[in-house]
Amino acid sequence: MSSVQAPAIRKTALNAVHRQMGAKMVEFNGWDMPVEYPASLGGGIINEHMAVRTGVGIFDVSHMGDIRLAGPQALAAVQHISMNDASKLAIAQAQYSALLYPQGTFVDDVIVHRLADDEYLLVINAGTREKDFNWVRDNTRQFDCAVENLSDDFTQIAIQGPKGVNLLQKLTDTDLSKVKFYWVTRGKLCGLSNILMGRTGYTAEDGFEIYIPADEATSARVWNELLAAGKEFGVVPCGLGARNTLRLEGKLPLYGHEISDTINVWEAGLDRFCKMEKPEFIGREALEKAKAAGTKRTLVGLEMTERGIARDEYKVQDESGREIGYVTSGSPAPFLKKNVALAYVPVEHSAVGTKVKAEIRGQGVGAVVVPTPFYKRPKKAA
Amino acid sequence: MPYPTDRKYTKEHEWIQVSGNTATIGITDYAQESLGDIVFVETPKVGGELTAGKTFGTVESVKAVSDLFAPASGTVTEVNTDLATSPEKVNKDAHGSWMVKMTLKNPGELDALLSAADYEKFVAEEAGH
Repeated sequence: MSSVQAPAIRKTALNAVHRQMGAKMVEFNGWDMPVEYPASLGGGIINEHMAVRTGVGIFDVSHMGDIRLAGPQALAAVQHISMNDASKLAIAQAQYSALLYPQGTFVDDVIVHRLADDEYLLVINAGTREKDFNWVRDNTRQFDCAVENLSDDFTQIAIQGPKGVNLLQKLTDTDLSKVKFYWVTRGKLCGLSNILMGRTGYTAEDGFEIYIPADEATSARVWNELLAAGKEFGVVPCGLGARNTLRLEGKLPLYGHEISDTINVWEAGLDRFCKMEKPEFIGREALEKAKAAGTKRTLVGLEMTERGIARDEYKVQDESGREIGYVTSGSPAPFLKKNVALAYVPVEHSAVGTKVKAEIRGQGVGAVVVPTPFYKRPKKAA
Repeated sequence: MPYPTDRKYTKEHEWIQVSGNTATIGITDYAQESLGDIVFVETPKVGGELTAGKTFGTVESVKAVSDLFAPASGTVTEVNTDLATSPEKVNKDAHGSWMVKMTLKNPGELDALLSAADYEKFVAEEAGH
């Protein structure tokens, strides 16, 4: 008798370090990842979340994938497969974008980095690594451009929070104050040369993401140097639990929740990253039709007005108790100290102030549509 | 964390302490540790009925929702209202933060529950997975 073998759970180069630190580990999209660190290290989801909002936290995000497109037609290829306008990118600049199916729904959301004249790096989600790579390769065959899967080449560490720049600056000679949000630089870091450092993240906070060689010894050394250098800023190691609550407060979409292969760009409210003035990209035609037809459901932010927490996939009801939509992500928001959720509801129920209910264990619990993002980082004083 | 020997435990990680005909119920230190930061505790009101082995409430952490299972049957006489506003107390002191008190219907049900030593063995095995 033959049996289908479950794919082995994957580990990042920092797995042993997380376990040694006593992190609580969970499976996330096929990866064995830390969800939170012990309280003795300043951890716990709430503490980790607060550290990023007020100081600095570091995350192992090596499960994220990386695709490099390089060659004379790299720009044309990127333009064809992504909805934002990559022709606007200067060298060393990055943009939020998405890969779409011909139906205008999501293959994945990505950050597109322009690394050189003819070289782009797409940072993609863990759960969609293979799908994304195959999709990018298959849809760029007509272009003179090499597509490489670099996902296993990097350990990616996110240094997030208002003190992130101060922490990282201690370990590099490159002047990080010159790197603007959504720009990248290369430089010496922890004695390693030519390290890519991007002022990007998934926490709705200032911060950097660094890409270092994926060997265990180097990864552990840099991780530990970050923790040591960050001591004076109260650095806390952070897991996927805080990563999720941080991104939720900032209304940053998560694949399989706010965006998926059945949700289109207009529904997800990502209009400003979708450049319809571009003459062509996969999904454009369907989006044009969808726009003309009108959007029926839309993503809104909910705040609970009664006691209860609306969780992922809970139903949303109108005031009379009729089912009208569903929650894509819901959780306590540790910094805002409120229970919030993102949900798809019909457009006629989407105005700020609209009263709805979340169905929690069979009971309709009061909630209201509120402006999003729930959290916006304070503008830096000049 | 040593588990107090003055009470019994369930495999669903509740503890129950009996004094006369009154039982006090909470969740174990292992349960609070697995859940992480607790943000919500929901229990039945005074007068509510608990049935051994059935759910009687909910504990939620930032990331997880977990049912409370009744270690024994009875009628709720008191609810720890403090936990509605300060659920994090369960993280700080799980064995001191009781959730409900009740009058036992059938004290014999307690015989089926785990002693502190057996529960410690049980969680050691569960954590070892």
